[in-house]
Amino acid sequence: MDIQKVDQIIDKHGAEASALIQVLLEIQRENHWLPQEALARVAERLRVPASRIRHIATFYKAFSLVPKGRHEVHVCVGTACHVRGATRILDTLQDATGILPGETDAELKFSLETVNCLGCCALGPVMVVDGKTHGKLSPAAAADALKSYE
Amino acid sequence: MARLNSSEDLERLRREILARRDPKKPCVAVCAGTGCLASGAADVVAAFRRELDARGLADKVALRGTGCHGFCEKGPIVVLDPEETCYLQATPADVPEIIEKSLMGKEVVERLLYVDPQTKEKTVREPDIPFYKHQKRMVFGPNRKLDPRNIEDYLAIGGYRALARALFERTPEQVILEVKESRLRGRGGAGFLTGVKWEFARRAAGKPKYVVVNCDEGDPGAYMDRSLMEGNPHAVLEGLLIGAYAIGAHEGFFYVRQEYPLAVENLGIALRQAEEHGLLGKNILGSDFDFTAQVHRGAGAFVCGEETALLASLEGQAGEPKPRPPYPAVKGLWGKPTNINNVETWANVPLILNEGAAAFAAIGTAGSKGTKIFSLVGKIANTGLVEVPMGLPLRDVVFKIGGGIPGGRKFKAMQTGGPSGGCIPEELLDLPVGFDELTRAGSMMGSGGMIVMDEDTCMVDVARYFVDFLTEESCGKCVPCREGLRQMHRILTRITKGEGHEGDLETLQQLAETAQEASLCALGRTAPNPFLSTLRYFRDEYEAHIREKRCPALSCKALIHYWIDPAKCRACMLCLRKCPTQAIDGGKQRIHVIDQAKCTNCGTCFEVCPAKFGAVRKLSGVPVPPPIPEEQRTLVRARKQDE
Repeated sequence: MDIQKVDQIIDKHGAEASALIQVLLEIQRENHWLPQEALARVAERLRVPASRIRHIATFYKAFSLVPKGRHEVHVCVGTACHVRGATRILDTLQDATGILPGETDAELKFSLETVNCLGCCALGPVMVVDGKTHGKLSPAAAADALKSYE
Repeated sequence: MARLNSSEDLERLRREILARRDPKKPCVAVCAGTGCLASGAADVVAAFRRELDARGLADKVALRGTGCHGFCEKGPIVVLDPEETCYLQATPADVPEIIEKSLMGKEVVERLLYVDPQTKEKTVREPDIPFYKHQKRMVFGPNRKLDPRNIEDYLAIGGYRALARALFERTPEQVILEVKESRLRGRGGAGFLTGVKWEFARRAAGKPKYVVVNCDEGDPGAYMDRSLMEGNPHAVLEGLLIGAYAIGAHEGFFYVRQEYPLAVENLGIALRQAEEHGLLGKNILGSDFDFTAQVHRGAGAFVCGEETALLASLEGQAGEPKPRPPYPAVKGLWGKPTNINNVETWANVPLILNEGAAAFAAIGTAGSKGTKIFSLVGKIANTGLVEVPMGLPLRDVVFKIGGGIPGGRKFKAMQTGGPSGGCIPEELLDLPVGFDELTRAGSMMGSGGMIVMDEDTCMVDVARYFVDFLTEESCGKCVPCREGLRQMHRILTRITKGEGHEGDLETLQQLAETAQEASLCALGRTAPNPFLSTLRYFRDEYEAHIREKRCPALSCKALIHYWIDPAKCRACMLCLRKCPTQAIDGGKQRIHVIDQAKCTNCGTCFEVCPAKFGAVRKLSGVPVPPPIPEEQRTLVRARKQDE
């Protein structure tokens, strides 16, 4: 990731140590993961120990310390989706992609994640791929939906 | 925009806005909440804009993308004002017809109306739809009349009048007294009296003081705070301003989950507009009260909904709870007195000042006043957000508003209070909704999730699900929660796999008690609730799993088998074609048989088998009948026999 971009984000937050989480969130959004050189820059500029940054980056679920696939698949496993069969959707997607939640495949095609609730429970079971919502899924429909992604 | 420098300025602007608006002018209100957007509402709005322009109606018809209406099941929702004609599940293709028939003419587009599933009767006006008719939408109601990105819409319905009243007609102590008299209790979960909490913060020594909006709505299946924040951010801000004035705070924080991008966006716009109008910043409305507010995005940690963890997160630390006391009212953000309330609590505040404490306290039960917004989800016909007066029986919420269970299935339980709550069985459905009532039944109000479960939901699996959730979300600081939940999860998982044994329930109970007694924060202390309440009401299900290796709900994958009833199979090839593991043997005219060795229990065959055949069945606790011999598999159709 471009260090200038990291600097821009840090400057926006006045290089305040208390803005650490907000800075990391923006880097995550820009780059889809937190590369080591960006974290080193944040540590230096916010004057925060690298150990604390690591603590934050591993404590909160929004952050990833490894690169993500081209397509991010978020499967809702909230309670409403759970009782409507989200586990079976997840099982099917695991079989289809060969990866477990939290993992990215070797070709960097898909990253599979579970989310606790997307708040569109009327559409459950539901998954979001690259921001597009796929609702009222059956296991077969979920696997079919992934086929359209290159 | 000129800033407002007095209460009179505010009223003058309000009159101007209203004078500019013709109440008879047709208005198309399209729900633009997250749920409807996911079902395509943005395309519907775009289609209206395009078609209205094309017909030269852009000036004659107002078009508004509003906050969430609540009836998520039937989104995207379109309401035509002033008649309040309600069209459900509208698509861009419906738009030209709606414009031609209902806006240019006086006709109703019949096929888009609400149809009662039982009587097949159609309902034209939104407030007459049963889902809405039995609600009392005091806090959530304005959502549907507002474009959340336009402060004028909020002003038009009396917005910021309560703030002016507080600043110019009340002392801070009087505001606190009024909130105390309303007996408003926190809507975030614990149900503490809001006025009393404010008083603690006001009396606490130390400056500056802070106020915080907790919009870290983490309970799965609960999204009312998001819909308020997205749909009516000014109401939350107005409540916060009033609270800040009462407590003596000049700085506030909105802590919003990063998973709620639309809420963050709409809130940011609202703050900017409020500032331009002199409703935020220095000398608000010309008074000597100053207040600034910032938005802080959470980074995905359920425990941050707990107030001390939230404050740690606001400071840029990992969100780990701290022991209380000292309470945040005494020692909160950066060690200063801090008052934290949930989104819905703040949104109730302007209402109390506008309507008066007595009117507010007249609604509800002895211990719970006002209304509560619930997110009614799961196995329910009308999924959505519902606002009901405290004291309404749960049965009315499920059946009158929620429309009951879809597919003719039977109600089994309602889970309330999120992962810290519990399950309420059918026999307790006449319980009135309220903080104390739900706690006595072994559940809790929590933030307002209501997840309905039917006979196909396994209660052991539900307990396992919540304990799994909390094991993941435990911050790891204290042992009873970190290790205890992990052990509970292992045992519950074993039971759902048919590997449970005698003594498991006793061990689970011991672990549950330890977590309840010895955990530092509410997450750990309440974590065993889903297990304890399901054990209390559904002990037989646990025993069936442990002793008979049987899942009565036919849900636990390891305990069920799919089997095709040869007497019912019509050899239609559907399941055979759809089976992802090619585990089904058969052909045209040949009865299908599942090869149990190849079957992964995915359930696809069960779903695709036409209801009129109903040949695929789930078995649990009984051996799978042997496949019928090859020579008997040829299907002889009744009709062919006749020939």
